[in-house]
Amino acid sequence: MQAQAPNPLLLIAELTYKCPLHCPYCSNPLNIGDARYNDEISTEDWVRVFHEAGELGVLQLALTGGEPLVRKDCEELCVAAKEAGLYSSLITAGTPFTRKRAEALREAGLENVQISIQDSDAIESDRLAGTKAFTRKIEAAHLARELGFPLTINVVLHRQNLDRIEQIIQLSEDLGARRVELANSQYSGWAAINRIALMPTREQLEHGEAVVQAARERIGPKMELLWVLPDYYEEYPKPCMGGWGKDAMVITPNGDVLPCQAAASIPGLEFENVRDKSLSEIWFESESFNRFRGTDWMPELCRNCPADRQEVDFGGCRCQALALLGDANLTDPVCHFSPHHSIITDAVAEANSPTRNGNGELIYRTIEKVPART
Amino acid sequence: MSQTFTLNVPALPNGFRLHWDKVRSRHVLLFPEGALGLNETAVHVLQLCDGKRTIEDISAELSPLFQGADVHEDVENLLIALANRGMIIDAGTGT
Repeated sequence: MQAQAPNPLLLIAELTYKCPLHCPYCSNPLNIGDARYNDEISTEDWVRVFHEAGELGVLQLALTGGEPLVRKDCEELCVAAKEAGLYSSLITAGTPFTRKRAEALREAGLENVQISIQDSDAIESDRLAGTKAFTRKIEAAHLARELGFPLTINVVLHRQNLDRIEQIIQLSEDLGARRVELANSQYSGWAAINRIALMPTREQLEHGEAVVQAARERIGPKMELLWVLPDYYEEYPKPCMGGWGKDAMVITPNGDVLPCQAAASIPGLEFENVRDKSLSEIWFESESFNRFRGTDWMPELCRNCPADRQEVDFGGCRCQALALLGDANLTDPVCHFSPHHSIITDAVAEANSPTRNGNGELIYRTIEKVPART
Repeated sequence: MSQTFTLNVPALPNGFRLHWDKVRSRHVLLFPEGALGLNETAVHVLQLCDGKRTIEDISAELSPLFQGADVHEDVENLLIALANRGMIIDAGTGT
């Protein structure tokens, strides 16, 4: 018997998987082109879901995708979020954040804007995005500030842009960002098939960390710098979404409700859909949310964790255990107590080897066809 | 990391607001990517941080709630702690 789950705090609304960008580390699933994801839920469905989320105790709403602004009803959805008492954030590539839409979104009650950039260097940023977007991203960031939105700049860091971390921070400062998310790519979704090209060296990470630390001291609280290590370089895994079914839920474009963005990759796990059930029923009662909730499901190793971290890591990422070990029920091999931890240390050694495999070539995100797993 | 601030007229930065969390029966401060649970005193103080009142004004207004005690130091300490986390700015300087 599970203890009563806490109420959720965060709803991640993936409004659509359509996106003008092709970032090779996108956290969306590889099969974003599947017909079922094209069957997007209606405006009315989202509005109802936001109200249900508010009743359930959700405080934060992330409007994301794909590119959320591909949906023409984003403005209506912001109105609904406000009515439901949710704090709304738009996570956008920036390119469709035109003056007309930005003003309409502000009018509709949107509270926060996060714009991604791929690199501080325009040519590199466009190369990584797989399309020409940098100039419009910068314009979008200026526009967000002009309209009084708090601005977060989101940067996924990896082997091919980490060496410009100083310039990336400087650019964010110049844009008047209040927050910068410097998150090293985690190897799920599209990043999993690009891991060799993306994984940084230890030296790059140490340099990055030192730069971030110095910038924090120099800038102070007027710009918050969030720095996230790739978990391969850590001793302990990251708790999936802060714990499976603990704080957060994700709704896919077709209305499936998941405990994390990658959960659909786990075979045998059926997900409920907001077209059929209320959010409350799904959160508290569904098999999928209860499957890895809390600590009862844990393998022996986690149950007897030598570091007593059951409720810190929650066994780590289920999807990573699945991807690397073929079994979502095992301890995340990022944990150094895992008998399979050598998978991680071997990958790290490879990334730091002067004769490492791979030439940095990237497989870009596409909605057209599912790429083969390497 | 703490800094010396000019903090005369405290205000919430853009994108920060107080919210009554009816499910958990408490006030929270909502902001980009976060929520901070607030105790009753903090709620009283933050409700008066409108970018017009000075710390002196706020302390004077709250004093009757605490049997007329001088709460200036407590109010100032709370606001400086929040300012150190980027959660309060000075309305005059914008930082």
